[in-house]
Amino acid sequence: MAVFGRMVDSTLLETRLQAVEAADSSQGMVDAVEALAELQDEGATDMLIRVLGYNNPGAAVAAVEGLIQIGTPAASAVLAQIDGYNYGARAWALRVLAGIGDPRGLDLVRETAAEDFSLSVRRAAARGLGAIQWEKMAADERRDAQIKARDTLLKVLKDPEWVVRYGAIVGLQGVAAAAVNDGFDDLIAPVLAGLETLAKQDETTAVRARAQWASVQISELVE
Amino acid sequence: MTSPSQPASDAAPQLTAAQAIANLQQTDDQGDRYYAAWWLGRFEIDEPEAIAALLLALQDEDNRDTDGGYPLRRNAARALGKLNDLSAVPALIDCLACDDYYVREAAAQSLASLNAIDGLLPLVALLDGGVDAAVEVPGKPHLVQPYNAILEALGGLGNSETVENVAPFLAHEVPQVKNAAARAMYQLTGAGHYTQALLDTLRCDDLQLRRSALLDLGEVGYLPAAGAITQTLAENSIKLIAMKGLLEKQISRSGKLLSDEACEVMNLMDSLL
Repeated sequence: MAVFGRMVDSTLLETRLQAVEAADSSQGMVDAVEALAELQDEGATDMLIRVLGYNNPGAAVAAVEGLIQIGTPAASAVLAQIDGYNYGARAWALRVLAGIGDPRGLDLVRETAAEDFSLSVRRAAARGLGAIQWEKMAADERRDAQIKARDTLLKVLKDPEWVVRYGAIVGLQGVAAAAVNDGFDDLIAPVLAGLETLAKQDETTAVRARAQWASVQISELVE
Repeated sequence: MTSPSQPASDAAPQLTAAQAIANLQQTDDQGDRYYAAWWLGRFEIDEPEAIAALLLALQDEDNRDTDGGYPLRRNAARALGKLNDLSAVPALIDCLACDDYYVREAAAQSLASLNAIDGLLPLVALLDGGVDAAVEVPGKPHLVQPYNAILEALGGLGNSETVENVAPFLAHEVPQVKNAAARAMYQLTGAGHYTQALLDTLRCDDLQLRRSALLDLGEVGYLPAAGAITQTLAENSIKLIAMKGLLEKQISRSGKLLSDEACEVMNLMDSLL
Protein backbone atom coordinates (compact mmCIF):
# COMPACT_ATOMS: atom_id res chain seq x y z
CA MET A 1 0.00 0.00 0.00
CA ALA A 2 2.65 2.47 1.04
CA VAL A 3 4.62 1.84 -2.12
CA PHE A 4 1.67 2.37 -4.42
CA GLY A 5 0.66 5.41 -2.42
CA ARG A 6 4.07 6.90 -2.89
CA MET A 7 4.06 6.35 -6.61
CA VAL A 8 0.60 7.75 -7.11
CA ASP A 9 1.20 10.71 -4.85
CA SER A 10 4.69 11.72 -5.92
CA THR A 11 3.49 15.08 -7.21
CA LEU A 12 1.48 15.61 -4.04
CA LEU A 13 4.59 14.92 -1.97
CA GLU A 14 6.58 17.31 -4.15
CA THR A 15 3.94 20.03 -3.77
CA ARG A 16 3.84 19.68 0.00
CA LEU A 17 7.62 19.63 0.34
CA GLN A 18 7.72 22.86 -1.63
CA ALA A 19 5.00 24.36 0.55
CA VAL A 20 7.21 23.84 3.61
CA GLU A 21 10.14 25.48 1.78
CA ALA A 22 7.93 28.39 0.81
CA ALA A 23 6.21 28.96 4.17
CA ASP A 24 6.71 32.59 5.14
CA SER A 25 4.99 32.78 8.54
CA SER A 26 5.09 30.79 11.72
CA GLN A 27 1.51 29.55 11.33
CA GLY A 28 2.03 28.97 7.61
CA MET A 29 4.95 26.70 8.49
CA VAL A 30 2.84 24.77 11.00
CA ASP A 31 0.09 24.23 8.40
CA ALA A 32 2.55 23.18 5.70
CA VAL A 33 4.34 20.72 8.00
CA GLU A 34 1.03 19.24 9.16
CA ALA A 35 0.01 18.71 5.53
CA LEU A 36 3.34 17.08 4.73
CA ALA A 37 3.28 14.87 7.83
CA GLU A 38 -0.23 13.73 7.00
CA LEU A 39 1.07 11.89 3.92
CA GLN A 40 3.07 9.50 6.16
CA ASP A 41 5.47 9.24 3.27
CA GLU A 42 9.06 8.18 3.74
CA GLY A 43 10.04 10.80 1.18
CA ALA A 44 9.11 13.48 3.73
CA THR A 45 11.64 12.24 6.28
CA ASP A 46 14.53 14.58 5.56
CA MET A 47 12.34 17.66 5.41
CA LEU A 48 10.53 16.77 8.63
CA ILE A 49 13.87 16.24 10.35
CA ARG A 50 15.06 19.62 9.10
CA VAL A 51 11.94 21.24 10.61
CA LEU A 52 12.99 19.96 14.07
CA GLY A 53 15.77 22.57 13.97
CA TYR A 54 13.60 25.56 12.97
CA ASN A 55 12.72 26.78 16.46
CA ASN A 56 9.01 26.63 15.66
CA PRO A 57 7.41 24.45 18.37
CA GLY A 58 4.08 24.04 16.56
CA ALA A 59 5.83 22.86 13.40
CA ALA A 60 8.19 20.64 15.41
CA VAL A 61 5.25 18.92 17.15
CA ALA A 62 3.71 18.18 13.74
CA ALA A 63 7.06 16.98 12.38
CA VAL A 64 7.60 14.68 15.38
CA GLU A 65 4.13 13.18 14.85
CA GLY A 66 4.86 12.69 11.16
CA LEU A 67 8.24 11.07 11.78
CA ILE A 68 6.75 8.71 14.36
CA GLN A 69 4.15 7.63 11.80
CA ILE A 70 6.89 6.99 9.23
CA GLY A 71 8.52 4.75 11.82
CA THR A 72 11.67 2.70 11.23
CA PRO A 73 13.07 4.66 8.25
CA ALA A 74 12.66 7.88 10.23
CA ALA A 75 14.42 6.30 13.22
CA SER A 76 17.33 5.32 10.95
CA ALA A 77 17.63 8.84 9.59
CA VAL A 78 17.43 10.44 13.04
CA LEU A 79 20.02 8.05 14.49
CA ALA A 80 22.38 8.78 11.60
CA GLN A 81 22.20 12.54 12.13
CA ILE A 82 21.52 13.14 15.82
CA ASP A 83 25.10 13.83 16.88
CA GLY A 84 25.16 16.97 14.77
CA TYR A 85 22.01 18.50 16.26
CA ASN A 86 21.80 21.53 18.52
CA TYR A 87 19.99 21.08 21.82
CA GLY A 88 16.54 22.05 20.55
CA ALA A 89 16.60 19.78 17.54
CA ARG A 90 18.10 16.97 19.59
CA ALA A 91 15.27 17.17 22.13
CA TRP A 92 12.67 16.86 19.38
CA ALA A 93 14.64 14.05 17.72
CA LEU A 94 14.71 12.12 20.99
CA ARG A 95 10.94 12.42 21.16
CA VAL A 96 10.84 10.88 17.70
CA LEU A 97 13.02 7.97 18.83
CA ALA A 98 10.97 7.52 22.00
CA GLY A 99 7.76 7.58 19.99
CA ILE A 100 8.91 5.04 17.42
CA GLY A 101 10.45 2.66 19.93
CA ASP A 102 13.14 1.45 17.55
CA PRO A 103 15.46 -0.78 19.61
CA ARG A 104 18.53 0.83 17.99
CA GLY A 105 17.63 4.01 19.88
CA LEU A 106 17.31 2.25 23.22
CA ASP A 107 20.53 3.46 24.82
CA LEU A 108 19.96 7.05 23.73
CA VAL A 109 16.40 7.02 25.03
CA ARG A 110 17.52 5.49 28.34
CA GLU A 111 20.14 8.17 28.77
CA THR A 112 17.57 10.83 27.92
CA ALA A 113 14.99 9.55 30.41
CA ALA A 114 17.55 9.64 33.18
CA GLU A 115 19.50 12.77 32.38
CA ASP A 116 17.93 15.23 29.97
CA PHE A 117 17.67 18.81 31.15
CA SER A 118 14.07 19.25 29.96
CA LEU A 119 11.33 17.56 31.96
CA SER A 120 9.07 17.12 28.94
CA VAL A 121 11.85 15.31 27.08
CA ARG A 122 12.55 13.08 30.11
CA ARG A 123 8.82 12.40 30.34
CA ALA A 124 8.56 11.37 26.67
CA ALA A 125 11.68 9.21 26.93
CA ALA A 126 10.45 7.44 30.06
CA ARG A 127 7.16 6.70 28.36
CA GLY A 128 9.04 5.55 25.24
CA LEU A 129 11.05 2.96 27.15
CA GLY A 130 7.77 1.18 27.75
CA ALA A 131 6.98 1.02 24.05
CA ILE A 132 10.14 -0.43 22.53
CA GLN A 133 9.52 -2.68 19.52
CA TRP A 134 11.15 -5.68 21.17
CA GLU A 135 10.20 -7.97 18.31
CA LYS A 136 12.73 -6.10 16.20
CA MET A 137 15.53 -7.08 18.55
CA ALA A 138 17.27 -10.45 18.37
CA ALA A 139 15.65 -12.78 20.90
CA ASP A 140 18.91 -13.49 22.71
CA GLU A 141 19.54 -9.78 23.32
CA ARG A 142 16.10 -8.94 24.63
CA ARG A 143 16.41 -10.04 28.22
CA ASP A 144 19.49 -7.92 28.95
CA ALA A 145 18.01 -4.95 27.13
CA GLN A 146 14.77 -5.22 29.08
CA ILE A 147 16.71 -5.35 32.33
CA LYS A 148 18.55 -2.17 31.32
CA ALA A 149 15.32 -0.39 30.39
CA ARG A 150 13.73 -1.54 33.66
CA ASP A 151 16.64 -0.43 35.81
CA THR A 152 16.78 2.98 34.16
CA LEU A 153 13.07 3.45 34.79
CA LEU A 154 13.36 2.34 38.41
CA LYS A 155 15.84 5.21 38.84
CA VAL A 156 13.56 7.64 37.02
CA LEU A 157 10.85 6.86 39.60
CA LYS A 158 12.88 9.23 41.80
CA ASP A 159 12.80 12.15 39.35
CA PRO A 160 11.97 15.47 41.07
CA GLU A 161 9.13 16.18 38.60
CA TRP A 162 5.82 14.39 39.15
CA VAL A 163 5.07 14.07 35.44
CA VAL A 164 8.39 12.33 34.76
CA ARG A 165 7.71 9.86 37.58
CA TYR A 166 4.26 9.33 36.07
CA GLY A 167 5.87 8.66 32.66
CA ALA A 168 8.31 6.23 34.25
CA ILE A 169 5.44 4.27 35.79
CA VAL A 170 3.76 3.95 32.41
CA GLY A 171 7.13 2.96 30.93
CA LEU A 172 7.67 0.31 33.59
CA GLN A 173 4.24 -1.13 32.96
CA GLY A 174 5.20 -1.47 29.28
CA VAL A 175 8.55 -3.09 30.07
CA ALA A 176 6.88 -5.51 32.49
CA ALA A 177 4.28 -6.49 29.89
CA ALA A 178 7.02 -7.09 27.31
CA ALA A 179 9.05 -9.17 29.78
CA VAL A 180 6.05 -11.34 30.64
CA ASN A 181 5.31 -11.69 26.95
CA ASP A 182 8.85 -12.95 26.36
CA GLY A 183 8.64 -15.36 29.28
CA PHE A 184 10.86 -13.34 31.63
CA ASP A 185 8.36 -13.22 34.50
CA ASP A 186 11.23 -13.13 36.96
CA LEU A 187 12.10 -9.58 35.84
CA ILE A 188 9.03 -7.98 37.32
CA ALA A 189 9.51 -8.40 41.08
CA PRO A 190 11.62 -5.22 41.41
CA VAL A 191 9.06 -3.36 39.27
CA LEU A 192 6.21 -4.32 41.60
CA ALA A 193 8.29 -3.42 44.63
CA GLY A 194 9.15 -0.01 43.19
CA LEU A 195 5.55 0.70 42.25
CA GLU A 196 4.22 -0.32 45.62
CA THR A 197 6.60 2.03 47.39
CA LEU A 198 5.52 4.85 45.12
CA ALA A 199 1.82 4.05 45.53
CA LYS A 200 2.22 4.47 49.28
CA GLN A 201 4.76 7.25 49.56
CA ASP A 202 4.80 9.59 46.59
CA GLU A 203 4.01 13.20 47.48
CA THR A 204 1.80 13.56 44.38
CA THR A 205 -1.62 11.92 44.55
CA ALA A 206 -1.80 11.41 40.78
CA VAL A 207 1.50 9.52 40.85
CA ARG A 208 0.33 7.31 43.73
CA ALA A 209 -2.80 6.46 41.75
CA ARG A 210 -0.93 5.62 38.55
CA ALA A 211 1.56 3.47 40.48
CA GLN A 212 -1.29 1.60 42.13
CA TRP A 213 -3.01 1.06 38.81
CA ALA A 214 0.17 -0.17 37.12
CA SER A 215 0.78 -2.53 39.99
CA VAL A 216 -2.74 -3.99 39.67
CA GLN A 217 -2.40 -4.41 35.91
CA ILE A 218 1.04 -6.03 36.08
CA SER A 219 -0.14 -8.43 38.78
CA GLU A 220 -3.02 -9.50 36.52
CA LEU A 221 -0.50 -10.38 33.78
CA VAL A 222 1.25 -13.02 35.86
CA GLU A 223 -1.74 -14.52 37.63
CA MET B 1 10.51 17.17 45.99
CA THR B 2 11.66 20.80 45.91
CA SER B 3 14.13 21.75 48.54
CA PRO B 4 17.16 24.00 48.83
CA SER B 5 19.32 21.04 47.91
CA GLN B 6 17.67 20.68 44.50
CA PRO B 7 17.66 24.06 42.82
CA ALA B 8 19.78 22.85 39.91
CA SER B 9 17.02 23.11 37.34
CA ASP B 10 16.53 26.79 38.14
CA ALA B 11 20.14 27.68 37.39
CA ALA B 12 19.87 29.87 40.48
CA PRO B 13 22.64 30.82 42.87
CA GLN B 14 22.74 28.50 45.86
CA LEU B 15 21.49 30.11 49.03
CA THR B 16 20.83 28.88 52.52
CA ALA B 17 17.75 29.91 54.47
CA ALA B 18 19.88 32.06 56.78
CA GLN B 19 21.60 33.79 53.86
CA ALA B 20 18.32 34.44 52.11
CA ILE B 21 16.84 35.98 55.26
CA ALA B 22 19.96 38.13 55.71
CA ASN B 23 19.83 39.17 52.05
CA LEU B 24 16.21 40.19 52.46
CA GLN B 25 16.94 42.24 55.58
CA GLN B 26 19.89 44.24 54.20
CA THR B 27 19.16 47.29 52.04
CA ASP B 28 22.37 47.82 50.05
CA ASP B 29 21.67 45.41 47.22
CA GLN B 30 18.05 45.67 46.02
CA GLY B 31 18.53 42.83 43.54
CA ASP B 32 19.57 40.45 46.32
CA ARG B 33 16.54 41.46 48.38
CA TYR B 34 14.15 40.88 45.51
CA TYR B 35 15.68 37.50 44.75
CA ALA B 36 15.73 36.45 48.42
CA ALA B 37 12.00 37.16 48.78
CA TRP B 38 11.27 34.93 45.80
CA TRP B 39 13.67 32.26 47.03
CA LEU B 40 12.09 31.98 50.48
CA GLY B 41 8.73 31.26 48.86
CA ARG B 42 10.09 28.96 46.20
CA PHE B 43 11.80 26.76 48.74
CA GLU B 44 9.03 27.10 51.31
CA ILE B 45 11.21 28.40 54.12
CA ASP B 46 8.55 28.79 56.80
CA GLU B 47 10.76 29.62 59.76
CA PRO B 48 9.50 32.48 61.96
CA GLU B 49 12.52 34.61 60.96
CA ALA B 50 11.64 34.20 57.29
CA ILE B 51 7.99 35.13 57.90
CA ALA B 52 9.04 38.16 59.93
CA ALA B 53 11.45 39.36 57.24
CA LEU B 54 8.83 38.92 54.52
CA LEU B 55 6.21 40.77 56.58
CA LEU B 56 8.66 43.63 56.98
CA ALA B 57 9.29 43.58 53.22
CA LEU B 58 5.55 44.16 52.67
CA GLN B 59 6.08 47.63 54.21
CA ASP B 60 9.21 48.38 52.20
CA GLU B 61 9.55 51.87 50.67
CA ASP B 62 13.03 51.57 49.11
CA ASN B 63 12.56 48.98 46.39
CA ARG B 64 10.62 50.93 43.73
CA ASP B 65 10.37 50.64 39.97
CA THR B 66 10.18 53.55 37.51
CA ASP B 67 6.39 53.31 37.58
CA GLY B 68 6.22 53.88 41.34
CA GLY B 69 5.50 50.18 41.89
CA TYR B 70 6.81 48.03 44.73
CA PRO B 71 8.54 44.96 43.20
CA LEU B 72 9.84 43.68 46.53
CA ARG B 73 6.39 43.85 48.12
CA ARG B 74 5.00 41.84 45.21
CA ASN B 75 7.54 39.07 45.68
CA ALA B 76 7.08 39.07 49.45
CA ALA B 77 3.29 38.85 49.08
CA ARG B 78 3.66 35.92 46.66
CA ALA B 79 6.12 34.16 48.94
CA LEU B 80 3.85 34.48 51.96
CA GLY B 81 1.13 32.68 50.00
CA LYS B 82 3.40 29.65 49.82
CA LEU B 83 4.37 29.44 53.47
CA ASN B 84 1.14 28.37 55.11
CA ASP B 85 1.53 30.74 58.05
CA LEU B 86 -1.79 32.40 58.81
CA SER B 87 -0.10 35.14 60.83
CA ALA B 88 0.56 36.77 57.44
CA VAL B 89 -3.15 37.19 56.68
CA PRO B 90 -3.75 40.66 58.21
CA ALA B 91 -0.73 42.11 56.41
CA LEU B 92 -1.84 40.57 53.13
CA ILE B 93 -5.30 42.06 53.64
CA ASP B 94 -3.63 45.47 54.09
CA CYS B 95 -1.87 44.88 50.77
CA LEU B 96 -5.25 44.80 49.03
CA ALA B 97 -5.26 48.59 49.56
CA CYS B 98 -1.77 49.14 48.09
CA ASP B 99 -1.45 51.60 45.17
CA ASP B 100 0.42 48.94 43.20
CA TYR B 101 -1.97 46.76 41.17
CA TYR B 102 0.49 43.87 41.16
CA VAL B 103 0.83 43.93 44.94
CA ARG B 104 -2.97 43.70 45.21
CA GLU B 105 -2.99 40.85 42.71
CA ALA B 106 -0.29 38.92 44.58
CA ALA B 107 -2.09 39.50 47.89
CA ALA B 108 -5.40 38.21 46.49
CA GLN B 109 -3.67 35.09 45.16
CA SER B 110 -1.89 34.48 48.43
CA LEU B 111 -5.03 34.98 50.52
CA ALA B 112 -6.63 32.34 48.29
CA SER B 113 -3.79 29.87 48.67
CA LEU B 114 -3.79 30.38 52.45
CA ASN B 115 -7.55 29.79 52.37
CA ALA B 116 -7.89 32.94 54.45
CA ILE B 117 -11.54 33.33 55.32
CA ASP B 118 -10.79 36.73 56.86
CA GLY B 119 -9.91 37.93 53.38
CA LEU B 120 -13.44 37.35 52.10
CA LEU B 121 -15.00 40.75 52.83
CA PRO B 122 -11.95 42.81 51.81
CA LEU B 123 -11.81 40.87 48.53
CA VAL B 124 -15.51 41.37 47.89
CA ALA B 125 -15.03 45.09 48.57
CA LEU B 126 -12.63 45.29 45.62
CA LEU B 127 -15.53 44.28 43.36
CA ASP B 128 -17.50 47.39 44.38
CA GLY B 129 -19.16 49.06 41.43
CA GLY B 130 -19.50 45.72 39.64
CA VAL B 131 -18.82 45.32 35.95
CA ASP B 132 -19.37 49.03 35.20
CA ALA B 133 -16.41 49.96 37.39
CA ALA B 134 -14.21 47.17 36.03
CA VAL B 135 -12.54 49.17 33.27
CA GLU B 136 -8.99 49.56 32.02
CA VAL B 137 -6.59 51.96 33.66
CA PRO B 138 -5.64 54.44 30.92
CA GLY B 139 -2.13 53.72 29.68
CA LYS B 140 -1.76 50.48 31.66
CA PRO B 141 -2.10 46.90 30.47
CA HIS B 142 -4.60 46.04 33.19
CA LEU B 143 -8.01 46.87 34.65
CA VAL B 144 -8.53 48.96 37.80
CA GLN B 145 -8.47 45.87 40.01
CA PRO B 146 -6.92 42.39 39.61
CA TYR B 147 -10.34 40.91 38.89
CA ASN B 148 -9.08 37.48 37.79
CA ALA B 149 -7.23 36.97 41.03
CA ILE B 150 -10.12 38.30 43.13
CA LEU B 151 -12.72 36.10 41.41
CA GLU B 152 -10.49 33.05 41.59
CA ALA B 153 -9.88 33.70 45.27
CA LEU B 154 -13.60 33.98 45.98
CA GLY B 155 -14.22 30.74 44.10
CA GLY B 156 -11.54 29.01 46.12
CA LEU B 157 -12.73 30.37 49.45
CA GLY B 158 -16.08 28.85 48.57
CA ASN B 159 -18.55 30.98 50.49
CA SER B 160 -21.80 30.76 48.53
CA GLU B 161 -22.91 34.16 49.77
CA THR B 162 -20.41 35.71 47.36
CA VAL B 163 -22.35 34.35 44.36
CA GLU B 164 -24.19 37.67 43.97
CA ASN B 165 -20.89 39.54 43.82
CA VAL B 166 -19.27 37.16 41.37
CA ALA B 167 -22.17 36.45 38.98
CA PRO B 168 -22.25 39.88 37.25
CA PHE B 169 -18.68 39.32 36.03
CA LEU B 170 -19.89 36.43 33.83
CA ALA B 171 -20.89 39.24 31.47
CA HIS B 172 -17.55 41.07 31.53
CA GLU B 173 -16.15 41.70 28.08
CA VAL B 174 -12.57 40.59 28.88
CA PRO B 175 -12.40 36.81 28.32
CA GLN B 176 -9.99 36.18 31.20
CA VAL B 177 -12.32 37.95 33.65
CA LYS B 178 -15.38 36.20 32.27
CA ASN B 179 -13.63 32.83 32.57
CA ALA B 180 -12.48 33.56 36.11
CA ALA B 181 -16.08 34.34 37.02
CA ALA B 182 -17.31 31.13 35.34
CA ARG B 183 -14.74 29.08 37.21
CA ALA B 184 -15.68 30.70 40.51
CA MET B 185 -19.40 30.23 39.90
CA TYR B 186 -18.83 26.53 39.28
CA GLN B 187 -16.87 26.26 42.51
CA LEU B 188 -19.47 28.21 44.49
CA THR B 189 -22.58 26.47 43.12
CA GLY B 190 -21.39 23.12 41.74
CA ALA B 191 -23.55 23.79 38.65
CA GLY B 192 -21.82 22.22 35.63
CA HIS B 193 -23.28 24.67 33.12
CA TYR B 194 -20.95 27.40 34.38
CA THR B 195 -18.00 25.48 32.95
CA GLN B 196 -19.40 25.87 29.44
CA ALA B 197 -17.58 29.19 28.99
CA LEU B 198 -14.31 27.40 29.80
CA LEU B 199 -15.07 24.49 27.48
CA ASP B 200 -15.87 26.93 24.68
CA THR B 201 -12.57 28.68 25.32
CA LEU B 202 -10.68 25.42 24.71
CA ARG B 203 -11.72 25.78 21.07
CA CYS B 204 -10.98 29.48 20.61
CA ASP B 205 -8.20 30.84 18.40
CA ASP B 206 -6.06 32.33 21.15
CA LEU B 207 -3.45 29.91 22.52
CA GLN B 208 -2.99 31.91 25.74
CA LEU B 209 -6.72 31.72 26.46
CA ARG B 210 -6.82 28.02 25.66
CA ARG B 211 -3.95 27.44 28.07
CA SER B 212 -5.59 29.36 30.89
CA ALA B 213 -8.94 27.60 30.34
CA LEU B 214 -7.10 24.27 30.55
CA LEU B 215 -5.56 25.25 33.86
CA ASP B 216 -8.91 26.58 35.15
CA LEU B 217 -10.68 23.30 34.36
CA GLY B 218 -7.86 21.38 36.02
CA GLU B 219 -7.97 23.63 39.04
CA VAL B 220 -11.67 22.97 39.61
CA GLY B 221 -11.30 19.32 38.63
CA TYR B 222 -14.28 19.22 36.25
CA LEU B 223 -14.30 15.53 35.27
CA PRO B 224 -16.59 15.73 32.20
CA ALA B 225 -13.97 17.97 30.55
CA ALA B 226 -11.41 15.16 30.30
CA GLY B 227 -12.01 14.40 26.63
CA ALA B 228 -12.13 18.06 25.59
CA ILE B 229 -8.90 18.78 27.47
CA THR B 230 -7.14 15.92 25.70
CA GLN B 231 -8.28 17.25 22.29
CA THR B 232 -7.29 20.88 22.88
CA LEU B 233 -4.58 22.36 20.67
CA ALA B 234 -1.94 23.17 23.28
CA GLU B 235 1.19 21.69 24.77
CA ASN B 236 0.79 18.26 26.33
CA SER B 237 2.61 19.55 29.42
CA ILE B 238 -0.26 21.91 30.19
CA LYS B 239 -2.92 19.35 29.33
CA LEU B 240 -1.24 16.90 31.72
CA ILE B 241 -1.35 19.46 34.53
CA ALA B 242 -5.06 19.99 33.87
CA MET B 243 -5.74 16.25 33.78
CA LYS B 244 -3.83 15.82 37.04
CA GLY B 245 -6.30 18.28 38.57
CA LEU B 246 -9.24 16.19 37.34
CA LEU B 247 -7.68 12.97 38.57
CA GLU B 248 -6.86 14.26 42.03
CA LYS B 249 -10.29 15.83 42.46
CA GLN B 250 -11.88 12.48 41.51
CA ILE B 251 -9.65 10.69 44.01
CA SER B 252 -10.60 13.02 46.83
CA ARG B 253 -14.29 12.78 45.85
CA SER B 254 -14.29 8.96 45.77
CA GLY B 255 -11.94 8.56 48.72
CA LYS B 256 -9.82 5.95 46.89
CA LEU B 257 -6.94 5.99 44.43
CA LEU B 258 -8.63 3.81 41.82
CA SER B 259 -12.14 4.11 40.40
CA ASP B 260 -13.49 3.67 36.86
CA GLU B 261 -13.47 7.43 36.40
CA ALA B 262 -9.91 7.77 37.69
CA CYS B 263 -8.66 5.02 35.37
CA GLU B 264 -10.39 6.69 32.43
CA VAL B 265 -8.56 9.94 33.17
CA MET B 266 -5.25 8.09 33.56
CA ASN B 267 -5.78 6.36 30.22
CA LEU B 268 -6.09 9.75 28.57
CA MET B 269 -3.08 11.07 30.50
CA ASP B 270 -0.99 8.14 29.25
CA SER B 271 -1.78 9.19 25.68
CA LEU B 272 -0.42 12.69 26.39
CA LEU B 273 2.99 11.60 27.68
